[in-house]
Amino acid sequence: MQLRPILLFALQKLLRLGLLLLAVAVFTFVLLSLSPIDPVQAYIGADMMQISPEQRELIADRWGLDQPMIVRFGDWLGQLVQGNWGTSLVFNQPVEAVIATRFQASLQMLAIAWLLSGLLGLGLGILAGALAGSWCDRAIRLYAYTLASAPTFWVALLLLITFSVSLRMTPICCAAPPGVLAADVTIWQHLHHLVLPAITLSIIGIANITLHTRQKLIDVLHSDYVLFARAQGESLSGVIRHHGLRNIILPALTLQFASLSELFGGSVLVEQVFAYPGLGAATVQAALRSDVPLLVGIVFFSALFVYTGNTLADLAYPLIDPRIRLGGWRS
Amino acid sequence: MTITAPALAPVQGRSNRRQQTLWGIALCTFLLLAIIVSPWIIGDSGLNPLLTQRNQPPSFAHPFGTDWLGRDMLSRSLHGMSLSLRVGLLAAAISALIGTGLGLAAGTLGGWVDAVITWIVDVFFSLPHLVLLILIAFAVGGGTQGVIIAVALTHWTSLARVIRAEVLQVTSSDYVHLSRRFGQSSLWIARHHMVPHVIPQLLVGLILLFPHAILHEAALSFIGIGLSPHIPAIGIILAESMRHLSTGYWWLGVLPGLLLLLSVKAFDWLGENVRALLDPKTSQG
Repeated sequence: MQLRPILLFALQKLLRLGLLLLAVAVFTFVLLSLSPIDPVQAYIGADMMQISPEQRELIADRWGLDQPMIVRFGDWLGQLVQGNWGTSLVFNQPVEAVIATRFQASLQMLAIAWLLSGLLGLGLGILAGALAGSWCDRAIRLYAYTLASAPTFWVALLLLITFSVSLRMTPICCAAPPGVLAADVTIWQHLHHLVLPAITLSIIGIANITLHTRQKLIDVLHSDYVLFARAQGESLSGVIRHHGLRNIILPALTLQFASLSELFGGSVLVEQVFAYPGLGAATVQAALRSDVPLLVGIVFFSALFVYTGNTLADLAYPLIDPRIRLGGWRS
Repeated sequence: MTITAPALAPVQGRSNRRQQTLWGIALCTFLLLAIIVSPWIIGDSGLNPLLTQRNQPPSFAHPFGTDWLGRDMLSRSLHGMSLSLRVGLLAAAISALIGTGLGLAAGTLGGWVDAVITWIVDVFFSLPHLVLLILIAFAVGGGTQGVIIAVALTHWTSLARVIRAEVLQVTSSDYVHLSRRFGQSSLWIARHHMVPHVIPQLLVGLILLFPHAILHEAALSFIGIGLSPHIPAIGIILAESMRHLSTGYWWLGVLPGLLLLLSVKAFDWLGENVRALLDPKTSQG
């Protein structure tokens, strides 16, 4: 691989990312300025009663709330670019710090869920596709179709009732046992608290990739080249290994990277059910307690997260399929 | 059709696939309508607290059990599901209108209109759906109104894409070019060539929007940004059940969720069956 196409690809991707973040900034700003929420009141919160109208005027003046919208947008964007994302009102910390610590907690859960759902989904999809029409295929399809329309938070509730309340195998909440300092939490305790949220997210994420892989494998198995391979005496497992996997893996990878957006949304609900202190739970708290800086920060961060996922998929293509070059650039 | 069908021999025993599809549509429609009108049929009697009947597991008298105030969970769940369905239907209908309008505009006007609409759709797809929903619901001030606006503003994108693609495909087809050469007006072409193609897509797209809208409405209510906690919406009921989980009252969460799953599945089946009926490849099977 040469350097030039890679540089060109990176430049193109960065430019697109900049445009996207600008669009998200415009959208968020317009939405929040049109909203009935008074920024001064949202900032001061419960102490609103102790503030005189003059002091209010002063704050509004200092913040430039009397300026026209375009000037305010310019100011705000300038601060954002310089890295000043404001202070979270709920956590009383800079927004970047809150997002960093919270995302670290979520990342492990998301990573486990993502890998598990990808591998299991691919496996079940291949099984269902290879045995199309059998009871095994039917059971897998029923499972996938049912989960595709099941509410995420309800599945989380069911697992919580089964494994935490009835069987007492997993803890009922949080990321660490109560009364233990964050520094003293062992890796096993940590994993113990992580496992059920991660499993919930992954069994929900399976549905899409399973159904897709199944359909793709059935298409491949009905092709002429597979018929020819079978005529030459290739076994079913050999056909799947040599012809099936190569054709399935690329679209499955795209789908799996694109599912990062769904995964992030799912983590909001799952963290709420399991009271897991990750970024998703922080999103809910920011919205419920009118923490505008944190909410805006999370919106930007989630856009970045989804974009990174899609870019990683683009980067993975040429590694898997040498016919594809980055950005369609031919040397 | 000009050929008269031969006198159909009465089908014995099993009905054919078309009849099965029609039965499926009728059954799903009936089920959903029954859930929507159920609060007016069963009345509000089950919603009153009855402290002597607290925390009873499911039984014949209370199929869904009772909650910590002795309220009948079946009637609470039906009230909540009906409300959620109505909110979801309203939001999805608004969303479908936006999607159709923008999809048609992008497909027919082309040029910068198309570019702007495609770009807006791309921006919407670049944020996790739930984060977008939370942001919009928060910005418009929350409550029932917030949920409806948030769900309506975020579900039109895929429908707009489908309709835009359909319009572009029909516009570039040979028979439309031929119609133009024959001097037919744009309106005539729109009425005779576009509408028959777009309407089935729209209908199926609209029905398949409902499950998403209802699930997202329930999710927003569940995390507390949606409907007020005093209204028995399905998301609120499930959120309340969280507080009673550790005490072992499993029916408070499991059974209302099952009702939600059933409603969503009913919409999915309805959409699949309507699609099968409208698609010429499968409609006569």
